[in-house]
Amino acid sequence: MSFFKRFAQNRGALGGLVILGLVVLLALLAPFLYPDSPWRMVQRPFLAPGEVSGFWLGTDVMGRDVAAGLAHGAWVSLLIGLISTVVALAIGVPLGALAGYFGGKIDDALMRFTEFFQTIPNFALAIVLVAIMEPSTVSIVLAIAIVSWPPVARLVRGEFLSIKHREYVEAARLVGQTHRDIIIKQILPNTLSPVIVLASLMVATAILLESSLSFLGLGDPDTMSWGYMIGAARTVMRQAWWLSVIPGVAILLTVLALNLVGEGLDDALNPQLARQR
Amino acid sequence: MTLLSSVTGRLTAAALLVTLAAPASAQETPQAGGVANVAIQPEPPGLMLPLVQNAPTQRVAGNIFESLLRYDTDLEPMPQLAESWEISDDGLTYTFHLHPDVKWHDGEAFTSADVVFSADVFLRETNPRTRAILDHVKSIEAPDDNTVVFTLKQPFPAFIQAFEVGTLPMVPKHIYEGTDFYNNPANNHPIGTGPFEFAKWDRGSVIELGKNPDYYEAGKPYLDKIYWHVIPDAASRAAAYENGTLNIMPAGSVENFDIPRLAEMEGSCMTESGNEYFNPFAMLWLNNREGPTADKRFRQAVMYALDREFARNVLWNGLGKVPSGPFNSTLASHDDDLEPYPYDPDKAEELLDEMGYDGEPVRLLPLPYGETWTRWGEAVRQNLEDVGINVETESSDVAGWNQKISDWDYDIAFTYLFQYGDPSLGIARTYISSNIAKGSPWNNVEGYANPKVDELFANAAVENDPEKRQAMYDEVQQILHDDVPLAWIMELAQPTIYRCNVHDLITTGIGLNDGFKNAWIEQSGSND
Repeated sequence: MSFFKRFAQNRGALGGLVILGLVVLLALLAPFLYPDSPWRMVQRPFLAPGEVSGFWLGTDVMGRDVAAGLAHGAWVSLLIGLISTVVALAIGVPLGALAGYFGGKIDDALMRFTEFFQTIPNFALAIVLVAIMEPSTVSIVLAIAIVSWPPVARLVRGEFLSIKHREYVEAARLVGQTHRDIIIKQILPNTLSPVIVLASLMVATAILLESSLSFLGLGDPDTMSWGYMIGAARTVMRQAWWLSVIPGVAILLTVLALNLVGEGLDDALNPQLARQR
Repeated sequence: MTLLSSVTGRLTAAALLVTLAAPASAQETPQAGGVANVAIQPEPPGLMLPLVQNAPTQRVAGNIFESLLRYDTDLEPMPQLAESWEISDDGLTYTFHLHPDVKWHDGEAFTSADVVFSADVFLRETNPRTRAILDHVKSIEAPDDNTVVFTLKQPFPAFIQAFEVGTLPMVPKHIYEGTDFYNNPANNHPIGTGPFEFAKWDRGSVIELGKNPDYYEAGKPYLDKIYWHVIPDAASRAAAYENGTLNIMPAGSVENFDIPRLAEMEGSCMTESGNEYFNPFAMLWLNNREGPTADKRFRQAVMYALDREFARNVLWNGLGKVPSGPFNSTLASHDDDLEPYPYDPDKAEELLDEMGYDGEPVRLLPLPYGETWTRWGEAVRQNLEDVGINVETESSDVAGWNQKISDWDYDIAFTYLFQYGDPSLGIARTYISSNIAKGSPWNNVEGYANPKVDELFANAAVENDPEKRQAMYDEVQQILHDDVPLAWIMELAQPTIYRCNVHDLITTGIGLNDGFKNAWIEQSGSND
């Protein structure tokens, strides 16, 4: 059974993929649908959705188009989610690989270092990091990456521990391959499937983290993001509930879609596990 | 902005209705008893007003401390600790006759010796703003227990405006004389002469003030207690007002978006009075030293680019006023012929072209004082970007904001300053070159230096002839209006929202900072 067939067997995953595709499409089309800055004050403030034609999601507290904000925010959320996940993988995978492959003192040292990060509550650490570095897209990506790499390191280490004593690895060692080659060419490719599944969930978490930071006013002040939209609308919840609900639903759908896709990937990449279920 | 006017018109109309309708049914004789529950935001760092000058401190401690005078809404002096006063014709001698039966909260008698100690010793050491005013004073003498005479070096007509409680609060000599003012244990339990006494302070929760039973104005104060509630979250503060936990919301404790909603509640009143002495004035510091903001044309372009009417209508709910120049329009010395810079993006672009602005990014530092200021920063950034200025917003907390401005590490930065009723007390400090010094966010931070302006401010302050003085102030306003050392963005309104059964809450131009000695609460139900 092919990868895609197995993936498609999970109905939820397929639905997730469709939603995710739409969000990506929205993000890609944002500069064409709404070429103006989403910060531009274009109409009366507090327009309800559909009250004035052309503003099908209404306007916010300062008369900015909510639909434009949503589209540009999709781009920001996805971009920050993806980049920070890539950065987290770039930290977590090598550390986990080294710890798992070499074991002993190196493993101890690296794992204590990892645990040091794991013991600090994620979100608190992210807030502190962003506050220290001053809020900007770069500092937010870094902060999210720094709080989310430890699970990657632990996962990769576990995989390495179980794989490094397999016969083909022993064989590679016997023919005199270097440690570097064994790690990169022999073991790493075989750890990829759980890492891919984890990564898809990490993107979801990163989007949530970014939204929470922006909600608290720690977002990049020059970037329109979903979390910012909710944060700015929170105080006017009573007058204009839709201002917080619309971006809230966007976050919910995107994160849900990513989780569903992650589950589908898990099924597709681990057929035995999937069948046991 | 015709689109906006209908919304804001509706809001202001509603607010007006509430204000007008309220006092009609009011009972005229004050009733004793009752408790005021007031929001205080943020929590003051201390209550020893002569040492700590933050806005929340002034608001709470104005009940504990008093000065010689208070000021009505036209800034005319009214008696407080001084029953009467005379100013000599040459403008050099100010004689105050003190109220005879005043006692400190610890029972000691208040005398002229306390006034001399407060002004000549304590405040000269601790309060730079007061020190600058007292530089005009040659001597302070107490010929008898109830008389104080201030002799000036040269006429300084604004001097009579300086006897406000935040500027010249009276300090008990018997407690502070000869001690280390900053570490005196009494700082934690401040002793004043005011209508209310300090009772207790649960940090992070509530400050309790009790009635001063021996207050020298018979029958006052009417309230038994004042509780100042510390509630950091704006939405929770609003909820506390709605459910009746709080009955007074001072300016700044309600987010602007929420003002119409709370003001329109049944039994809720709003007033903008009590603001006249301070005239808070919102400005953008423009760094005159370096970068594009050093060019006068760029600064003028900023003035043309800002849609200040929009900010007033949308961000401030139609409250406040778009300023025409550096002087608040309620000041007597305001030049009424000055035209405000209109919102004219084309003109702004023209000026930028003329100076050859090359798109060099400009940093914008908003004021971290809450929602409204953050939104305002976004609106200003959009206005500037619309005329082609590249803006990078910086974010910081209050401490970081203080630091950056004190170190001149900014291009454009939000602030607001009190004008203290007279140009020589509150305005000159922002423009005269002798006031350029790193380390304070409240002086001539923009680095504007113009010998002509220095001279005009200096001469006007000591000019006793009102007409000549006005001529100088007119000239200085015209020069500043053209030079745009900084951008004047709003004469801020300071609406107080309160339950309509609270009467005589604000009776002077100093507003809530003047204390609650006249306030009384109409008890509901007469069958008690």
